[in-house]
Amino acid sequence: MDFKINGRAISYDGDGEMPLLWYLRDLAGMTGTKFGCGAGLCGACTVHVDGMAVRSCQTWMDDVEGTEVTTIEGLGTGDMLHALQIAWAENNVPQCGYCQSGQIMQAASLLADNPNPTDEDIDMAMSGNICRCGTYQRIKKSIRDVADGKIKGGKL
Amino acid sequence: MTHMVENVSRRGVLKGAGIIGGLVLTAPLVSKGLMAAIKKASGQLEASNYLSISEDGTVNIYIHRVEMGQGSRTGLPQIIADELDADWSRINFVAAFGDQKFGDQNTDGSTSIRKFYDTFRHAGAAARMMLEQAAAEKWGVSADQVMAKEHRIHNKATGKSADYSEFVAAAAELPVPDATKVSYKAKADRRYIGKSVRNIYMKDFVTGSSQFGQDVRREGMLYAVAKRPPVVGGKLTGYNKEAAMAVKGVVDVVELPVFEKPIMFKPLGGLAVLATNTYAAKKGLEAAAPEFEAGDNGGYDTAEYEKILWQAIDGEDVNHLKRGDVDTALANAVTVVEADYFVPHLHHAPMEPPAATAEWQGDTLRMWVCCQDPQSVQDTVAPYVGLKPVQIHVEATLLGGAFGRKSKPDFAAEAAILAKHAGKPVKMVWTREDDMQHSYYHTISAQRVKGALDVDGRVTAWKHKTAFPSIFEIFDPRTEGPVAMEMGLGLLDIPFETPNLQVDAGKARGHVRIGWMRSVTNIQHAFALGSFVDELAHAGGKRTDDMWLELIGSDRMIDPAKDGADYSNYGETLDRHPVDTARLKAVLKKAVEMSGYGKEMPKGHGLGISVHRSFVTYVANVVEVVVGDDGRLSVPRAWVAADCGLAVNPDRVKAQMEGAVVFGTSIALHGEITAKDGRIEQSNFDGYPVCRIEESPHVEVAILETTGVPGGVGEPGVPPVAPAITNAIFAATGNRIRRLPIGHQMTA
Ligand code: FES
Ligand code: FES
Repeated sequence: MDFKINGRAISYDGDGEMPLLWYLRDLAGMTGTKFGCGAGLCGACTVHVDGMAVRSCQTWMDDVEGTEVTTIEGLGTGDMLHALQIAWAENNVPQCGYCQSGQIMQAASLLADNPNPTDEDIDMAMSGNICRCGTYQRIKKSIRDVADGKIKGGKL
Repeated sequence: MTHMVENVSRRGVLKGAGIIGGLVLTAPLVSKGLMAAIKKASGQLEASNYLSISEDGTVNIYIHRVEMGQGSRTGLPQIIADELDADWSRINFVAAFGDQKFGDQNTDGSTSIRKFYDTFRHAGAAARMMLEQAAAEKWGVSADQVMAKEHRIHNKATGKSADYSEFVAAAAELPVPDATKVSYKAKADRRYIGKSVRNIYMKDFVTGSSQFGQDVRREGMLYAVAKRPPVVGGKLTGYNKEAAMAVKGVVDVVELPVFEKPIMFKPLGGLAVLATNTYAAKKGLEAAAPEFEAGDNGGYDTAEYEKILWQAIDGEDVNHLKRGDVDTALANAVTVVEADYFVPHLHHAPMEPPAATAEWQGDTLRMWVCCQDPQSVQDTVAPYVGLKPVQIHVEATLLGGAFGRKSKPDFAAEAAILAKHAGKPVKMVWTREDDMQHSYYHTISAQRVKGALDVDGRVTAWKHKTAFPSIFEIFDPRTEGPVAMEMGLGLLDIPFETPNLQVDAGKARGHVRIGWMRSVTNIQHAFALGSFVDELAHAGGKRTDDMWLELIGSDRMIDPAKDGADYSNYGETLDRHPVDTARLKAVLKKAVEMSGYGKEMPKGHGLGISVHRSFVTYVANVVEVVVGDDGRLSVPRAWVAADCGLAVNPDRVKAQMEGAVVFGTSIALHGEITAKDGRIEQSNFDGYPVCRIEESPHVEVAILETTGVPGGVGEPGVPPVAPAITNAIFAATGNRIRRLPIGHQMTA
């Protein structure tokens, strides 16, 4: 079956029940998408499938046939990063950094759907993404900064 | 501490890092007391094990501590770069591998900055002076005629300047000035110390290119997952190898060596499946359906064990501190207040489950591990693979959180054993279930506190007893409950001036692996202390902040030895890091000022306060809670005042305090690991919830910088959080929570 990752055409003929997470990490060697719980509980593995945030640990390879998958590695274009990536750096969001690929992917899909979210909208959209280091208030601020147009995409 | 720097032969680290030519300074290896070293090697300036300067002027900083979110790999280089007056963009940050020459690499106990500040500062300053001297000689002027600034040496008289690279070769021929001859920069001239320099890994973090232990990939690597005995000390009894091998991608099924006490950091045994990807390995392991017998600890049941802890509280007292005569004071008191507190087992649950990769290269073993201490990986792995520790080359990858779990490298030994067996590189992948069920748990504890109040509501006696299985039992199975070091985390430096004070421990034995978790036994001790001050305040008709100030009393330095305590002060002398009551009071007052503590609150709202010194840093917390009519609890805001002495990177100090509040809120609201039939009942974030975005308070942090000596930062923010929350609940509702987690106690 065929699908795309970050614009690149992929064909896959392995086990259709393999979670996309392990395809990305082990077979495609794209480790930006993180393994946190394997059970849809933490959001570390969040990617976009046709623009929608999904948990790649809960998404079978069968499910991605014919879709466009975007991972953290493909969120920006080359050196030009997504506004959220810049905002994350400006606000020094990451502590250990491990959850942040998933946080950024989730936030990007929130803003794509709802460019001006309320604080409650942010809480609701981001609730599935755990940050054990506790960077939540900086995540909120970064999403706000981008929604308010204070921070734009660019180079880092 | 003495600072000595002397000539030694050039170190392997530089060859390993591929750096040829330049200047290298070796400063003393504080923790293990090794000597510093320098070598004039092929023109490279070696100022320290931690610093060399290449001939092109590139500054190589060897960061021997790991990065797990606390910011050490940015903060440590800031110290050298500042004294060296280096250009940040010309620094080559080298993550050092495990080697005794770096001294203590165990990134634990909030020690990286506080233990290595002097060493790193000396290295930077010594190298700067050597460059200045080389320049002075070249220009034929005296050393005080030149000055280093922004990677250049300036001639004060002529205004002429030249890049550091011009002087590296000559500087490398000079002796390294010792600590008595080194001059440090004035505070006003600092460029990096005290500045919020951005994390050196930032771009990698936001683009997904950073490499954590789980992310390591090697050519031809196999992926391993394992099922370990669910009860500590249990054994594998059977499994279906054929079924596992029939799964596509499975390469081998391997029995791990049988575990034997003492616990130490040894792997637990069990069954591993090797495959070409993690998914296949997991499927294979499921098909193998390994079975286990329980062994000695099969009867462990935390609900039953709690009763044993209360018996220990009622039973024999092991005294750790005694001042005055508490029993007489209690007998003569106008009011006696008594309360029991309970804190369950807790788990670190770092976002990244443990992982380790091992690859044999001839007779040596290379490893990439998300470990807190690469030297401890060497020591733990060596006996399992028939090597000496020095034959194991360990790189600490980035750590996706750790909180103490990853200083126990049982998982690394598994990877090494399997790589040896397979003859191929192996990555040992722990799943979240493995992480939850095979941790080194925070201990389980019971405490009883008694206070005597006189007619004015003044506290005349404080009697405190704690009982919990000790961490040290994992090293020495004869250990029967709290040891002095664990008592010292919160109870032997109780900062109260009350004339009668007594601290006792009760005996207890462990039945799971007990380990240290962010702030360790301060967690339960600060919970009892902070709660009981609030209880006494209410009993005495006072505000809780006033009760704290009254209990703490005069400005003074406390020496617990005077009351017979064996107090270790987080490995610091009391001269360098005194227990200073003035600093404790100052953070308390600051938190009150920031939060408006004491003001009228709307119905259902409450403010709670607590303060605690740990890891030689002082932290006060005020927390606001809101309790709905149905008992639903939320924690919208928190205020933190922290005095960690010098804050090398203020933004990271703030971030650690923000994160500590969230970590502490998770402990207070949800944290509970339980065991039944010796098995841990929680297996993922559904059974062991941690705070999510909507549950996490917005935190405001103030840093009070009162000294020039840095204290700990990663841990001390945690202890005061839980009591501040439960005190706030009391303020809002009159409902006193004495056992954690709060869980359903509000709605039950
Ligand atoms: S790894 Fe997929 S949600 Fe946690
Ligand atoms: S930054 Fe560490 S888990 Fe979020």
